[in-house]
Amino acid sequence: MAVRPRLAVWKFASCDGCQLSLLDCEDELLAVAGEVEIANFVEASSAVAPGPYDLSLVEGSVTTPEDARRIQEVRAQSKHLVTIGACATAGGIQALRNFQDVEEFRRAVYARPEYIATLATSTAIRDHVPVDFELRGCPINKAQVLEVIAAFLHRRRPTVATGSVCAECKRRGVVCVVVAQGTPCLGPVTQAGCGAICPAYRRGCYGCFGPQDSPNTPAWSSRLGELGLAPGAILRIYRTFNAAAPAFRAAGDAAVQEGG
Amino acid sequence: MSGLRNAHVGDPPSHGGMGPAVGSRWLLARDEFPSLLDALRRAGYRIVGPTVRDGAIVYGSIRSVADLPEGWTDRQSAGAYRLERRPDRALFGYNVGPHSWKKYLFPPREHLFTLRRTDAAKFEVSVPEDPDPPMAYLGVRACEIAALNIQDRVFVGGAAVDPGYARRKARRLVVAVQCGQAGGTCFCVSMGTGPAVRDGFDLSLTELLDEGRHEFLVEIGTADGARVLDGVPLRPAEPSDVRAGEARVADAARAMGRAMDTEGIHDLLLGNLESPVWDDVGRRCLACTNCTLACPTCFCHSTEEVPDLSAERDERWRRWDSCFNLAFSELHTGSVRSTTPARYRQWLTHKLATWFDQFGSSGCVGCGRCITWCPVGIDLTAEVRAIRAAAPRPGPGAGGTA
Repeated sequence: MAVRPRLAVWKFASCDGCQLSLLDCEDELLAVAGEVEIANFVEASSAVAPGPYDLSLVEGSVTTPEDARRIQEVRAQSKHLVTIGACATAGGIQALRNFQDVEEFRRAVYARPEYIATLATSTAIRDHVPVDFELRGCPINKAQVLEVIAAFLHRRRPTVATGSVCAECKRRGVVCVVVAQGTPCLGPVTQAGCGAICPAYRRGCYGCFGPQDSPNTPAWSSRLGELGLAPGAILRIYRTFNAAAPAFRAAGDAAVQEGG
Repeated sequence: MSGLRNAHVGDPPSHGGMGPAVGSRWLLARDEFPSLLDALRRAGYRIVGPTVRDGAIVYGSIRSVADLPEGWTDRQSAGAYRLERRPDRALFGYNVGPHSWKKYLFPPREHLFTLRRTDAAKFEVSVPEDPDPPMAYLGVRACEIAALNIQDRVFVGGAAVDPGYARRKARRLVVAVQCGQAGGTCFCVSMGTGPAVRDGFDLSLTELLDEGRHEFLVEIGTADGARVLDGVPLRPAEPSDVRAGEARVADAARAMGRAMDTEGIHDLLLGNLESPVWDDVGRRCLACTNCTLACPTCFCHSTEEVPDLSAERDERWRRWDSCFNLAFSELHTGSVRSTTPARYRQWLTHKLATWFDQFGSSGCVGCGRCITWCPVGIDLTAEVRAIRAAAPRPGPGAGGTA
């Protein structure tokens, strides 16, 4: 067998769900293992081979001084670095701390706050090191992560749509929950990738894949207001898994200005 | 009529000895409607038509009359659609919904072919088995027939014929339904596409429903349409029945929720490419693609390769795409239309103006889907009005294509 590219999977501040999505590839995992040497994937195996690595998949955000150092080491050992999931690409749900006083949390939550070394913010990997590709989602879509690995192997750009979730609803024939039910939904401003799971179950989109490539959040927030959402509710709809993604952060800030 | 039920498919049908000639009109009692569905199935068609799902009337498989939206209607306005109960038990008492027939002819995702590497430099190509049975489209409205005609021109009318579309078109049977009402976003009268179904159908139904009467006026459009009626208990329609049907359509024509002035529209739009209206609508537009994917004539698509990890095998898929997507116009230096106003302008000028240059007609049939299903309720009839109002000249003279 030819020398296989070496793959590493890293965890930062995260729930492990994106790594589990990779493990959930079950049928395809053997094919992946045939094409790449899974050299470092602690979630899957305690057998860890030292770097350097050809492809690093990074899950999670940077929330501690230690991780801010560690991501530099990961980058230094990685020829290509791809972030996977909302934490790594936008700071994740834990980036809600960015809008609050972390010192106060530390004093309120921990009996010995002085043991806790944490940063005031949860930040995306891109804010610390150069990133070659960012795969969205909370969690990532397993077909998309396989596409990213295949694209890396064959030195092409991954085919990952960056338009809205609405296109996925329409392709599935899902009836628009906004138009037919008046249900608040982030689909029009959110990037496709999940396959429109929530609208298919008559729920509004929660924005797990972060802003689409042309997110008109001002127009959308105004429409959400017409649907009956108060500024506080509009603020909460944007402040979830991708709260710190620039377009959603700005939309949340605008809702705060409106009194949210 | 019971003897006819056992006749062989393909036998010349006969009803009361008069023969259902193309152009002839018949009556079908509501209670006998299931026999029409049976006849379509016997003729080998899978029936697709209107059905209630997830708060709307969509198109799906019709197995029995129970699948039809009996007693339902819809209320539509810009950005809003609600199902409502009707006071009667009409089967087709609604206006067009979020789906269009294009999903059957031009599927949202279509596997075009598979490549398999046979040696370092060679591939073998295999085309997927055609899974599509002949389909009867039940409940096609006049604007939708206009849309079918437009997409036919796009996919099979030119030098390049799309083989999958051509195959599905050859196997479709159009069972039209005349509109007896219009929705809040309908403007087919403005576009000259309805509400009367005049051609392009195999069978046409007009639901006659008043004062205890519930039956269908059936007009035979083609020999294929005549053939499937074999075994369906019909009786000849009287001139008064035909007049009753025409009155229903006239009601619909009077009830249009919208109107669009198409006078000189080609030159109006192309002469106002720098209108301030584009920026105004661009501020409201979400670039979400809903209008284009709900539109029954929008045909933009992307093809994508789905190779396996080893790159020994690759599938080529086609999927619906939209001019509202940033990536849709991406070339090696970036997107040609990087702003939303530019994308809205591209869509509207193509739909209402350059479509004439490209395909010899407007791309708009006045169905109103883009208005209803726009999450922020952008109304192209209002945008055209605004462009006209903002135009530096009073309006182009004669010579517009519309």
